[in-house]
Amino acid sequence: MKLQEFQSKQVFGRYGVPVPSGELASTPAEARAIAERLAGPVVIKAQVLVGGRGKAGGIKLAASPSDAEKVAGSILGMDIKGMKVRKVLVDPASDIRKELYLGMILDRSRRRVVVMASSEGGVDIEDVAARTPEKIVQVALHPFLGIKEYQARELAAGIGLPREQIPAFAEICRGLYEAFMASDADLAEINPLVITGSGSLLALDGKMVLDDSGLFRHPDLLAMRDEDEETPEERQARSAGLSYVKLDGQIGCMVNGAGLAMATMDIIKFYGGSPANFLDVGGGAKADKVAAALGLILSDPNVESVLFNIFGGITRCDEVARGILKALADTPTKVPMVVRLVGTNDTEGRAILQEAKMATAETLMEAAQLAVAAALGQGGAQ
Amino acid sequence: MSILVDKDTRLVVQGITGREGAFHTAQMIEYGTRVVAGVTPGKGGEWAAGSVPVFDTVREAVDATGANASIIYVPARFAPDAILEAADAGIPLVVCITEGIPALDMLKVRAYLDQGASRLVGPNCPGVITPGEAKVGIMPGHIHTRGSVGVVSRSGTLTYEVVYALTLRGIGQSTAVGIGGDPINGTSFVDILCLFENDPETRQVVVIGEIGGADEERAAEFIATRMSKPVTAFIAGQTAPPGRRMGHAGAIISSGKGTAAEKIAALTGAGVRVARHPGEIAEMVAALA
Repeated sequence: MKLQEFQSKQVFGRYGVPVPSGELASTPAEARAIAERLAGPVVIKAQVLVGGRGKAGGIKLAASPSDAEKVAGSILGMDIKGMKVRKVLVDPASDIRKELYLGMILDRSRRRVVVMASSEGGVDIEDVAARTPEKIVQVALHPFLGIKEYQARELAAGIGLPREQIPAFAEICRGLYEAFMASDADLAEINPLVITGSGSLLALDGKMVLDDSGLFRHPDLLAMRDEDEETPEERQARSAGLSYVKLDGQIGCMVNGAGLAMATMDIIKFYGGSPANFLDVGGGAKADKVAAALGLILSDPNVESVLFNIFGGITRCDEVARGILKALADTPTKVPMVVRLVGTNDTEGRAILQEAKMATAETLMEAAQLAVAAALGQGGAQ
Repeated sequence: MSILVDKDTRLVVQGITGREGAFHTAQMIEYGTRVVAGVTPGKGGEWAAGSVPVFDTVREAVDATGANASIIYVPARFAPDAILEAADAGIPLVVCITEGIPALDMLKVRAYLDQGASRLVGPNCPGVITPGEAKVGIMPGHIHTRGSVGVVSRSGTLTYEVVYALTLRGIGQSTAVGIGGDPINGTSFVDILCLFENDPETRQVVVIGEIGGADEERAAEFIATRMSKPVTAFIAGQTAPPGRRMGHAGAIISSGKGTAAEKIAALTGAGVRVARHPGEIAEMVAALA
């Protein structure tokens, strides 16, 4: 789960990272009131979960409260990469002397939390990594030790930080690490971390990506989920407990197991089709889940055929077949379906489906070819 | 011979009285696995699955029954504790089925296990099976058959698909290992390839990888430099979009890294035959059998 900028900075602030004293506004009048309270120039920042807000015109300065109202009015309602701006953050404008980068990620290959710092802040860190990798310094943290003082000093030295800022920088490293661990984060990033005109450090922007598996122990963070930022399909999938990713092809896929679901997409492509989605309906392929998944797949107007690929295993295929028929009864459609069932009682399962005039297949290759032919309108499936 | 589990495996089931634990214990016993004990804190002294004694702690179970392998079916919030308990009780092989363990928990668990002698397989995996000897997992036993092909995979049902296709062609398996779909796990492809290379019963190996991470690339390096047995591979997720998690916590292309294309190139470069779709795997293995 991604957090918005204002949420990330809220979390950072709780762990002692200095952040601007801004507030959130969802109307121009609110933005004006916040600017009045802040009594000085402000920066109005669109709160959407996509990169490149600045370039898209979603971040602007405002000199006065009336200017803030006008600017907020122009940003609210904007469309940034398909995301509608519903909220803006109104932060006091900062006097920036230097922009730095500080980030932490869980590096799966090294099995460490890795801290990265750079003297090149305020730009995409991946661009810095590609163009001038020597300008990024890293330290990997031992899971039992966390971040130690000397590691923060090494990072500071590596990015050429002036000596007078080192204690504050070390304090921010510690705070960011605590925020990272306490939130079950995958990524926590301050970009830019600025040195202000008066020589203090301030986290001007913030980004956090949380590990979904850790959310059960963070009800406060879970409550930050912004349902407006999800597509209706994603929301529907999440509430049904389905793992679903929408793609842009024509063949809907319903599969049990993530690896098999990916492989099913791949074989569709191999036979000249294009998958409309990734969908893992979970072990057992229970009737209610199958029904929810089918509704989801069919809500995509691009879908021309649906391929069920269920490896029954311990689950009995006759039960799965009945579940599919029940789901179809609840969700009538003219979209052709191909079902491939394997596992315990698969012959019985296929017989049940054939009786209901459904196209069945024994192998994945056969099923994929049937589904592709059906999507292209070449018959083969009913 | 085989790897990890065999007819002498004495299994303790952690979470034996839970719904999943009870169901799969019965399935494992039916397959012929020697399930010698169960553990559920607070239920010591009871019996499960007919004749399996239940203990409060893994240490008690080991002392009383000589268990030498553990399988974990406890919910994600308790699973890290269960893994550490098994390791501290001296169990050499710990298989964790549980899905959804927070990655930062696994970070610490793995760092702790690296200091000791226990091997963890998983989490978020189907387990390990040596056909005809022992099933330590949730895979359907009947699709497997005894033979000489070693199988290692990050997936569950995709592995069943491949194993079943092998069985239908009359090609048996020495051991099939699911290493799991999480970003931080206990056992890598390289660990298992090393065991298969040294196992006299295994004559060739199938590797089933997927997008995300660099475990397949490391496997390619190992195969190129240290392996004499032929390897066939498949990488799932050739059509997966970047930046989206495909079901498994570990199956994600991040910052352009971990794509199927990179992994296929690394494996091909190491002399591995890579199947274009799962249906081809059994065919390619059969050509060598």
